Amino acid sequence: MAELSDRLLFVAVLVYALAMLAFAGAAATRSARRATAAAPERVLVGAGGPPVAAPPAPATGSPTAAVSRAGRAAVALTALGWAVHVGSVVTRGLAAGRVPWGNMYEFSSCAALIAVTAFLVLLARRRVDVTVGAFVMVPVTLYLGLAGTVLYTKAGPLVPALNSYWIKIHVAAAVTASGAFLLSGVIALLYLLRGRHDEMVERGRTPKFPLSLGQALPPAPALDRAAYAVIAFAFPVWTFAVIAGAIWAEAAWGRYWGWDPKETWSFITWVLYAGYLHARATAGWKGRKAAWVAVAAAGALIVDYYVVNIFVVGLHSYAS
Amino acid sequence: MTTVQQAPDEATRLSTAPAPPAAPGRGARPAPLRTAWRQLTSMRTALLLLFLLALAAVPGGFIPQRSTNPVEVRDYTAEHTTLAPLLDRLSLFDVFASPWFSAIYLLLFLSLAGCLVPRIRLHARALRTAPPRVPAALSRLPVSERWESDAPAEQVLADVRRALRRGRWRTVARDGAVSAEKGYLRETGNLLFHVSLVALLVGIAVGSFYGFKGTVLVKEGDGFANTVLSYDDVHPGRRFSPDRLVPFVVGLEQFTATYTDEGRALTFDAALDWSATPGGPTRPYDLRVNHPLDVDGAKVYLIGHGYSVTVVVRDRAGNELPQTVPCLPQDANFLSSCVIKAYNALAPDGKREQLGFEGQLTPTTVQDPTTGQVTSVHPAADNPALTLVGFRGDLGVDSGEAQSVYTLDTSRMDQLSGPPQGLRPGQTWDLPGGGSLTYEATSEWATFQVTQDPGKVLALIASAGMVLGLLLSLFVRRRRLWVRVAAPAGEQGASGRTVVEVGGLARTDPEAFGTEFAELVERLRDRAAPIAVPRPGTGDLRG
Repeated sequence: MAELSDRLLFVAVLVYALAMLAFAGAAATRSARRATAAAPERVLVGAGGPPVAAPPAPATGSPTAAVSRAGRAAVALTALGWAVHVGSVVTRGLAAGRVPWGNMYEFSSCAALIAVTAFLVLLARRRVDVTVGAFVMVPVTLYLGLAGTVLYTKAGPLVPALNSYWIKIHVAAAVTASGAFLLSGVIALLYLLRGRHDEMVERGRTPKFPLSLGQALPPAPALDRAAYAVIAFAFPVWTFAVIAGAIWAEAAWGRYWGWDPKETWSFITWVLYAGYLHARATAGWKGRKAAWVAVAAAGALIVDYYVVNIFVVGLHSYAS
Repeated sequence: MTTVQQAPDEATRLSTAPAPPAAPGRGARPAPLRTAWRQLTSMRTALLLLFLLALAAVPGGFIPQRSTNPVEVRDYTAEHTTLAPLLDRLSLFDVFASPWFSAIYLLLFLSLAGCLVPRIRLHARALRTAPPRVPAALSRLPVSERWESDAPAEQVLADVRRALRRGRWRTVARDGAVSAEKGYLRETGNLLFHVSLVALLVGIAVGSFYGFKGTVLVKEGDGFANTVLSYDDVHPGRRFSPDRLVPFVVGLEQFTATYTDEGRALTFDAALDWSATPGGPTRPYDLRVNHPLDVDGAKVYLIGHGYSVTVVVRDRAGNELPQTVPCLPQDANFLSSCVIKAYNALAPDGKREQLGFEGQLTPTTVQDPTTGQVTSVHPAADNPALTLVGFRGDLGVDSGEAQSVYTLDTSRMDQLSGPPQGLRPGQTWDLPGGGSLTYEATSEWATFQVTQDPGKVLALIASAGMVLGLLLSLFVRRRRLWVRVAAPAGEQGASGRTVVEVGGLARTDPEAFGTEFAELVERLRDRAAPIAVPRPGTGDLRG
């Protein structure tokens, strides 16, 4: 069962990589079309799960048809990869006889799964379109690939400190919020990219690589709203994760808060996301500055998970 | 701050956030104190303080902290003799108790309070105020709709109002129009979140002022009472008084740890016998990690364990001096350092001649065949061995200086000749020059932490309030709706029709509101639909 899980993860990474290429193709076609067309037309591809319920592509050779075909293939591949990924996580849990988020490798796999899930939800709700896909799938593929190689741990039982029903609650919430936050970080970066791109165009200059990538992206306000929607979902979940962690710490270590490095970085992450939510409602901070806060907060989250677990000695060190 | 830009009149202002202060009139210079207060409570200052707070916590996440890792701080200080004192002067080893960290969060909470009080007042007023009057041009609102109906105006108005009320809108009818508003819980949630934040800080403060924490090492068969003197290490709060300690006694019957073959810990179990009254009847308790013992708000936690060795030292006068000493674990396989002191050992002539031993306990012992070095390869005591060197002389306890039981001062002692002696349980070492040491058995010890935190419950309630408040403030949408119903200009009759105009406004998630608005209009239209008034000529269906 453990082997099956490993093999499924490998397949998921492979399918995600293919989806990434298909997304890149869709964005490139879109980009070419936007460059030529006077009035760009928005083509959205919805994803409602593996059987993509979309009308058959018109059998013409127009760029729009090419976009929707490449885009649909990309979304279908992502959904397929997602299903395989779910299979990998479930079999891992069955193999270990516990929740499949007991060490760094498993946590990373679950966080990537949440990020892909959130991305598919955004696509289905038409918050973003397929042009965002390549930018999401590149980090997801790399992240999952690294998790499967560098952080890989054999399926095994939990250490006593982790052996509590709180692992189901605290870590599940942390994983969910982390996956969504990472996605929001990518979208915030894309918003910044698109904003810079538009600014250059307004000034009559031709944006060079990598700013030229902004051309195919959804309009900046849509990206801003999408990033906000993801953070508005993830922030209460993260708050809950930190509180559940505090309740667990009270049961396991005799205090609910002790500024352990992991607690400190969770606090920093929380404060930065709180800052983002306030910044988005404050004159002079809306838009680009707020987006940078979201990026910084995602950075703090990465420090919280990877730097603290690997390099800093603390009570959460058992995870590696 | 959050006024609607397109339509800044009172009706379309959806937020109860205070409006930006009006520019002071000429001549009326604001008092400096007032200006400072206004600055402090502005959103921009709050935001800066928030970022400062995150930034200030960063060193606490990288530099070892006294509160969590005193050993590492000591090592660091010993290693960096020039840098460490500088860091210490900047409180960088005690970031979260430092004056600058406290200053930031106190200012932040002051700013929060200054913002919160007026907002609570405004929101309380908003809750009692009827939705604002209908704006002049409904068609200029972000979403609007207009249709005609054959029903009389009063009936349409009543129907619309009933439909909105059913949808839990707050409505008021004035001058042939209905004003409706929904989503007050958004601001309620927002305020609840921030008030809970203040309550959380109060809970933390109560805990740190009136709380108590003590740790104690207990060997199997021993116990302790919940008194300040019982503990090896105590952290009382600034306002803590010892009579607040809940009375109880705890005895450690047995400690059991289980491991995987690779040496990963599976379970830790401390079988306790405890009593709420010293000398009273005892009750058993199975203390585990994640499963503390709660005695009237004082909690006993299992936080560590290790091995003890039981030895019998025989001095040269023939006295038997049995003792059990805890050994301190040095690595993950519980290679532990042991110190044995025989204070009352005597020489054959009856004079005092103390004995001291130091060495290692290896629970699962493996000896390197070439070097003779012993190591432990597993944390369980499957094949224990004790390797010791011995000393004879003066242990130095009479100097009056406090001495740790875990270290041996050999400055006034002579080492016994011969190589370090390896012992298995039951084996006896005949000491050079007379006397002996028998390694009898291995047992376990556990460390317990006892905590009393009277602010804990408040902190928990506040945390729940924070999550609830957040959910409300992020997912409830505040929106307004106006319906104007105009009676036909002429006489009520077949030709004149009632004109219904609807307009809506939402601050957040306009897309979702657009959908909701369309559905609402659909429903209102149904309600306000013409009662089948047969038109002349078409009424007779048989025709």
